[in-house]
Amino acid sequence: MDTTQGTPAMMDDTLTLPRSADGAQRIDCRNIKVFYGQAQAIHDVSMSFPDRAVTALIGPSGCGKSTFLRCLNRMNDTIENCRVEGEILMDGENINDEDVDPVLLRSRVGMVFQKPNPFPKSIYDNIAYGPRIHGLANGREDLDAIVEKSLRRAGLWEEVKDRLTAPGTSLSGGQQQRLCIARAIAVQPEVILMDEPCSALDPIATARIEELIDDLRSRYCIVIVTHSMQQAARVSQRTAFFHLGNLVELGDTNQIFTNPREKRTEDYITGRFG
Amino acid sequence: MSDHIVSAYSEELERLSADIMKMGGIAETMIVDSTRALSANDLELAKEVVLRDLLLDVIESDAERQIVSLIARRQPMGHDLRMILSAMKISSELERIGDLAKNIAKRAQRLDDNVNDEMRNAIVRMSKPVSRQLNNVLNAYASASPEKAKLVWESDDDIDNHYNSVFREMLTYLVEDPRRITAGAHMLFMAKNLERIGDHCTNIAEFVYYQVVGDYLSELERPKQDQV
Repeated sequence: MDTTQGTPAMMDDTLTLPRSADGAQRIDCRNIKVFYGQAQAIHDVSMSFPDRAVTALIGPSGCGKSTFLRCLNRMNDTIENCRVEGEILMDGENINDEDVDPVLLRSRVGMVFQKPNPFPKSIYDNIAYGPRIHGLANGREDLDAIVEKSLRRAGLWEEVKDRLTAPGTSLSGGQQQRLCIARAIAVQPEVILMDEPCSALDPIATARIEELIDDLRSRYCIVIVTHSMQQAARVSQRTAFFHLGNLVELGDTNQIFTNPREKRTEDYITGRFG
Repeated sequence: MSDHIVSAYSEELERLSADIMKMGGIAETMIVDSTRALSANDLELAKEVVLRDLLLDVIESDAERQIVSLIARRQPMGHDLRMILSAMKISSELERIGDLAKNIAKRAQRLDDNVNDEMRNAIVRMSKPVSRQLNNVLNAYASASPEKAKLVWESDDDIDNHYNSVFREMLTYLVEDPRRITAGAHMLFMAKNLERIGDHCTNIAEFVYYQVVGDYLSELERPKQDQV
């Protein structure tokens, strides 16, 4: 499937920010600290996320990788006593600034969760909902085109094109997850965050999602949290290892998995963590 | 290195590494005994060395099966991955060393009466630094020492020089008496085999270095003095 030739609605870049060149940093995090009440969950983490590349965040449970991921689209705002310090810059703008609308931010920084969570609506409406409320479509034809394009990019079109009115929840788990990815894509994000997107899926559905992640890499900055080191090794170009709220090591995925510099990374990836 | 959470994994890696050491030990004795058979004209010992090669082949194919199973079942990463890949390479280097030692033992059985003691001694002399190289590189492997591995890697020149000198020496014996040509040709091959064993030791040194350090000993740094 050729994903470069889009319908006018999807190729119209007037609604999106200008894409940066290859290798440019899409998000730049500086001295991020996260607190849950008194407890500090993230200790002074600075790292950036390049455009058109997949960055994997790995580490044992409770290491802060999901908390850190959720900083990137201000999902931690919704948690009562959670406080985030430091700067997260997108196009030079701090996303935590008061005048940034978190809803708009989340359309630029889409998110896919561990458990597929389609809206209790039709397949079509699952995709069309975002573009509709963000005013991305001019009329029905335009919306149809966005729905088709998004489903195509998520590799789901062929499987659902004859039953777009069926409920999203009628799909299989893997299909639901691809539906959620299509839904995230439909609002033309720049960044896609994935929090354990395959942990509820079987190996075949997982392989489909991984193939999809690889396709999407050519357009988006992707950040994925995964418990499966093999998955991180397969899908990412860069890997960050977190432990006890610290960023222990960040590097080229190949290097992290064949020759990590830090002993804690080595112990974790080889299964020696005490 | 501390143990894996899954203790069976650690045990499997230890068993693999023990098998590599076992192969190394056998290859070492094959070199020593093949040249001892040559020096003492002990045909029985030479035959026995040829048979010993079978044992090496059996351990190698068993190691290979262990490696396939480790990769499939454990998905090794980091140092474990490098250790397993190195074991695969090192075992085949050791198997080749065994073949070359076996070939020396075979040729030792074919020598006629025209060969003199000087000719035998030339080969025996050359076998000493070669055995030492193998011994050193196995020590480097056992102690996971990149320094020792690098030392072996850097000393291959000595073997090459030794080979060149044996080559020249052997030619003088052949020139003196053309009846020695058949035996002399066998002995030139023996010398060449020893020189090749030295090369395999260098390769093993490279894998040991890679396993421990994760980087490659660059071929560029080492001066080469091949003259033949």
